Amino acid sequence: MSESTPVMRVQHIAKAFGGVQALQDVHFEIFPGEVHALLGENGAGKSTLIKILTGVYQPDAGEVWLGERPIRFAGPRDAQEQGIAAIYQEPSLFPDLDIAENILVGRQPTRRGAVDWPRMYREAGRLLARLGLTVDPRTKARELSVAQQQVVEIARALSIQAKVLIMDEPTSSLTLHETEELFAIVRQLRAARTAIVFISHRLEELFALADRVTILRDGTYVGTRDLVGVTRDELIQMMVGRPLGELFPKPTVPAGEVILAVDGLGVAGAFSGVSFQLRRGEILGLAGLIGAGRTNVARALFGTEPATAGTIQLAGQVVTIDRPAVALALGIGYVPEDRKEHGLVLEMSIGRNITLPVLGRFARLSWLDEDRERQAATAEAGRLAVKMAGIDQPAGQLSGGNQQKVVLAKWLGTRPRVLILDEPTRGIDVGTKAAVHALMGELAAQGLAILMISSELPEVLGMSDRILVMREGRLTGQFSRAEATQEKIMAAATTA
Amino acid sequence: MVANTEAPARPRGRLVQAVVRFREVGILLFIVGLSALVSLRSPAFLTPSNFNDILLNIAILVIVALAQTLVIITRGIDLSVGSMIGLTAMMVAFTVVAFPGLPAPLVVALGLALGAALGGVNGLIVARGGVPPIIATLGTLSIYRGLIFLYSGGTWITADKLPPSFREIAKGTPLGVPNLILFAVVVAAAVYYFLTYTRTGRDIYAVGSNPDAARFAGIPKERVVFLVFLISGLLCGLAGVLWASRFESAQTNTAQGFELQTVAAPVVGGVNIFGGSGSVLGVILGAFLLGIINNALTLGQINPFWQLAVQGLLILLAVISDATIARRLQGLLTRRSR
Repeated sequence: MSESTPVMRVQHIAKAFGGVQALQDVHFEIFPGEVHALLGENGAGKSTLIKILTGVYQPDAGEVWLGERPIRFAGPRDAQEQGIAAIYQEPSLFPDLDIAENILVGRQPTRRGAVDWPRMYREAGRLLARLGLTVDPRTKARELSVAQQQVVEIARALSIQAKVLIMDEPTSSLTLHETEELFAIVRQLRAARTAIVFISHRLEELFALADRVTILRDGTYVGTRDLVGVTRDELIQMMVGRPLGELFPKPTVPAGEVILAVDGLGVAGAFSGVSFQLRRGEILGLAGLIGAGRTNVARALFGTEPATAGTIQLAGQVVTIDRPAVALALGIGYVPEDRKEHGLVLEMSIGRNITLPVLGRFARLSWLDEDRERQAATAEAGRLAVKMAGIDQPAGQLSGGNQQKVVLAKWLGTRPRVLILDEPTRGIDVGTKAAVHALMGELAAQGLAILMISSELPEVLGMSDRILVMREGRLTGQFSRAEATQEKIMAAATTA
Repeated sequence: MVANTEAPARPRGRLVQAVVRFREVGILLFIVGLSALVSLRSPAFLTPSNFNDILLNIAILVIVALAQTLVIITRGIDLSVGSMIGLTAMMVAFTVVAFPGLPAPLVVALGLALGAALGGVNGLIVARGGVPPIIATLGTLSIYRGLIFLYSGGTWITADKLPPSFREIAKGTPLGVPNLILFAVVVAAAVYYFLTYTRTGRDIYAVGSNPDAARFAGIPKERVVFLVFLISGLLCGLAGVLWASRFESAQTNTAQGFELQTVAAPVVGGVNIFGGSGSVLGVILGAFLLGIINNALTLGQINPFWQLAVQGLLILLAVISDATIARRLQGLLTRRSR
């Protein structure tokens, strides 16, 4: 392989968003006919790197070489014309158009200015046959399965004669059988000298398919290895191996009585057989990869996506939680992952956001006592030291970290017994992060039971008293704070 | 083995598939059924002269409904069509009164140009200004209607002031068929060719079906959106000329409220109101069904107080039965292929 020139080479790439350095001095090269895996935790910078390779972002520093010369992509379209194609987790087809047109969109063959439909169906049919998809090219994309849609996207990449094909977690929504079929296609492309960048969290897939792997951690380059001769433990070590700082001040609190007991919980199609107990004063970490079903567990406990199997006991009482109002009444609070989407009404004032779940408390004969409402909101906001111009400022004007504090204030105002935090510090700066962590410790010390979903291993290890690990809708590991290591968690999250 | 199973399975499957893809089949059946019912009650319904009346009545609707369809496919809506028709009708009528000798092709060209200018303004507001189509055209609906009053000073142009040659634009029959119907046929054929055989036409579907993917495929979304509003205005300009010619008048309330019918026809004809799909044939059938309903209600001597409600009811019924039939056929297809 080393005798040929790399088809694509990335040198000293750096990219920052706001104050956050997403990539720093990353290099990476790929040869024709190579399957090159990119490996890293969530947030290691893989997505940013892909977006640079496909022309979505421009790097702040460094160069991308295509063949013999450095290149700057004007945009995704430009990158495609230069022979870079990408397939994402979620296929992005046109559901109302047929397969042939999806493959050749924007480049439909024409004859004397008119779209040549017969030729389009012939060309599409040929590409599909090459990929082994026996579906009429006149079929609308919306009628295809996810796996079939991916094949159509690969056909699109073939039709532009892609030199580099980037596949971002293409197997995450495929069945085992569909995955094998996809691998057969990838091997066929490799034999035809296409370079393939393959991203997957499933290590066994990398060993089955890839030639080399480049590991990223916290936006920096860790190393590149041949997959022959490397062990999975080595890869995990490279992926997570960083010293744990003193950033996470979870005080040891003697755990109280069991407040929440979950047995055999499941939601059809999302997760099943989840059992655990949560005690007062305890922080229970829920780790795993994105899409492992962790958020679904949270949603089942809060009633937005009610459980279809298993039992939930709160303080010894079996309860049925079929809507959020029930969860609230029982004292379960939920701070969702996406603040902007689910957690805050951005146009509303900070005060109004905080009192939203508990408005009933300030109502007299269904008229709001606004003075009391403002007093309560001010008290909660003050307790969390929200940096704001005033309680009437729209929540949307605050920084990410302060918005997160408002969301917390809102749920703490409900005086919960159990608080579920979904990715509580994603996308907020280090200082606020430390403040949120300190607050979590304080709340636990006051006897609150916290279930914390986090994709950030240091956070999970630093904050949790106990750690549960989920993979593909099931619990696959359970560790005490003392026995947990990043390697053990990663192994439980990825091993089949 | 793979090659073997493919060949014999095809022919029958193809036929059923073709019928299912022919989405218009549901509405066609509804039209046939309704016609049968109406002709039972009123023998005058199934006569050539009545059929001719229906076609004349829907010709302008077909033209504007097709314009509306282009906008709807891109996930938009053009509420200003009635006002654009009214404004061009008024301006063209004034011009014709002032210059009675103006040749018919120039009159039509004037209408097209005026309409295109109005549609272009809509296109700029939506594509450049980023204003949602429903809001942008709700604004220009009022503005253009207001301009009719300003321009005409509130007066009407009536039949006695218009030169006979102007009437001929819509009503003349040099080819044996009223021009009005020919205009509709030509526009329908042009829109069909545009949507089916030009890349720009295909881009319209792509933008409506998945705007993000369209951007990624290098389709200039803003330009496409601007273009559909421009075409909408252009065709409304034509419709304005035809309207003034056919009814031999231009009034301040010409085509007021017409936008609702131009939305109803595509929706009845199977155009997805959320964008991405719709066919010319479906829109024509939709307009035809609306025409039949109106005609039948008059012939059937339905109490005028009831007519609007019955019209709405029949539209709902048509859409529901269309969906049901499509589902049934889909079920048939999946059973067959097993």
